[in-house]
Amino acid sequence: MKQHLIGALCALAFVGGSIAQTPKKPAAKPAPKPAQAAVAEEKDAATLEFEKFRAEMEDSNPAELFEMKGAEQWKAKRGPKNVSLAESCDLGQGVGKIDGAYVKMPRYFADADAVMDAERRIVWCMVEKQGFLFDDIAKRPFANETFTPDITNLVTYVAAHSRNMKIDVPLKDPKVRDAYEIGKEIAAYRAGPYDFSCNTCHGSDGKRIRMQNLPNIATPKGALSGVQGWPGYRMTGGVMLTHQWRMGDCFRQQRFPQPKYASDAVAYLLTYMIGNANGQTYKGPGIKR
Amino acid sequence: MTKKILLAAAMATPFLMALPASADGDHRAKAIAVIKKDFQPRGQAGLDRLAEDGLQAICNRTGNKPPEYIAKRMQDDQLQTVKFPADGKLMGDWKEGEKIAQSGRGFTWTDNPGLPVGGNCYNCHRIAPKETSFGTVGPSLYQFGKIRGNTPDMQKYAYSKIWNAKAFNLCSEMPRFGHAGALNEQQVKHLVALLLDPESPVNK
Repeated sequence: MKQHLIGALCALAFVGGSIAQTPKKPAAKPAPKPAQAAVAEEKDAATLEFEKFRAEMEDSNPAELFEMKGAEQWKAKRGPKNVSLAESCDLGQGVGKIDGAYVKMPRYFADADAVMDAERRIVWCMVEKQGFLFDDIAKRPFANETFTPDITNLVTYVAAHSRNMKIDVPLKDPKVRDAYEIGKEIAAYRAGPYDFSCNTCHGSDGKRIRMQNLPNIATPKGALSGVQGWPGYRMTGGVMLTHQWRMGDCFRQQRFPQPKYASDAVAYLLTYMIGNANGQTYKGPGIKR
Repeated sequence: MTKKILLAAAMATPFLMALPASADGDHRAKAIAVIKKDFQPRGQAGLDRLAEDGLQAICNRTGNKPPEYIAKRMQDDQLQTVKFPADGKLMGDWKEGEKIAQSGRGFTWTDNPGLPVGGNCYNCHRIAPKETSFGTVGPSLYQFGKIRGNTPDMQKYAYSKIWNAKAFNLCSEMPRFGHAGALNEQQVKHLVALLLDPESPVNK
């Protein structure tokens, strides 16, 4: 009960003005990000603190607030065509059907003639069915401290409806398989000033950057940790972020330019990574540091 | 003449044999096409960064396992690119080196290109024992100089390795810090001191 209350208070403050109540300060402000020179004892304390916080939040994950907004937006008639996604958008399981859809993407969609991850598919529906302009969505596709785009809420809503379901990217589909193989090559592609590829950090087992463990996305276990918790509520900055965002942030740290939003490149990379996590259980939208 | 052809054949064979190691050229070609169309410049990270240089292309094409003789030749080429300080001194101030080793900033699209770039060293290496937040992508460098000494040859090696790691291991995961323009001669000297100076905590 107490945990729920703390969670609710935090969540209220997180969402801020979007809820018609006086926003309260978070009950437990997340520990500030340790300075780069910080020693391990401090980092370990921060890690413990975070794990504790995450455990406390398990029952009242701030992601649920975004999920609720997403539910409204999924069902509401919106856009220039005044159509709801619930009555028009097929995520691969039939129009309007969202149960288990997230864990079965990326998949090939014949109407778009493209392999699409969940976020890309919902964007496609918003553009094709509701009449929103792609460029408007792509202008500000990800959340920051003061803004959360509708697409983030929608992805969170759809992802939540795959909670505790088995990941099942349809790799037997030749188009999906092709995307997977291209994604694998993208992951191996070294370039840029530091000669980095995705695999520089995420291609072998048991490595760390500083204290951060690096999952090997070529393995089922490593791929799962790359999938789990996305979309996720990120403590740093207090923002809800999607898997697409996470892929972009990897390229940023790789010193690459930015992948275009909802592009083949990101969809193929996600096909490779999520496909490698096939058969394991997705726990739903999560909390990230 | 015959000898020449033979030599060429001998050289070409291992290269061709090594190519299939990089899984599959068809999907690699598709991947490159996708990368070319699906990225946009942001901040200091321009699209020019997507192009492979010769070394990257060889490493990418061979799954980071180039045939020995190619690796040797290209490593030698990389070694030629190392710029040594005019005064010939290769050891700077280890305290400055520690600061550079700590910093991981630079070269991302969110970094201010006007600010100095860090060495990123602790991201991947254990170095001075006081810093316990270190990565493990690279080997531990703790006691680097204590074990190896700090002879002129060792200084030259450490300097060259930091300037261009690919001069010693063609497809090393380690960036070519001097070659990439991330670190200048002075900064590399400080890092050499961090590794080799007997007074550096690395060697205590």
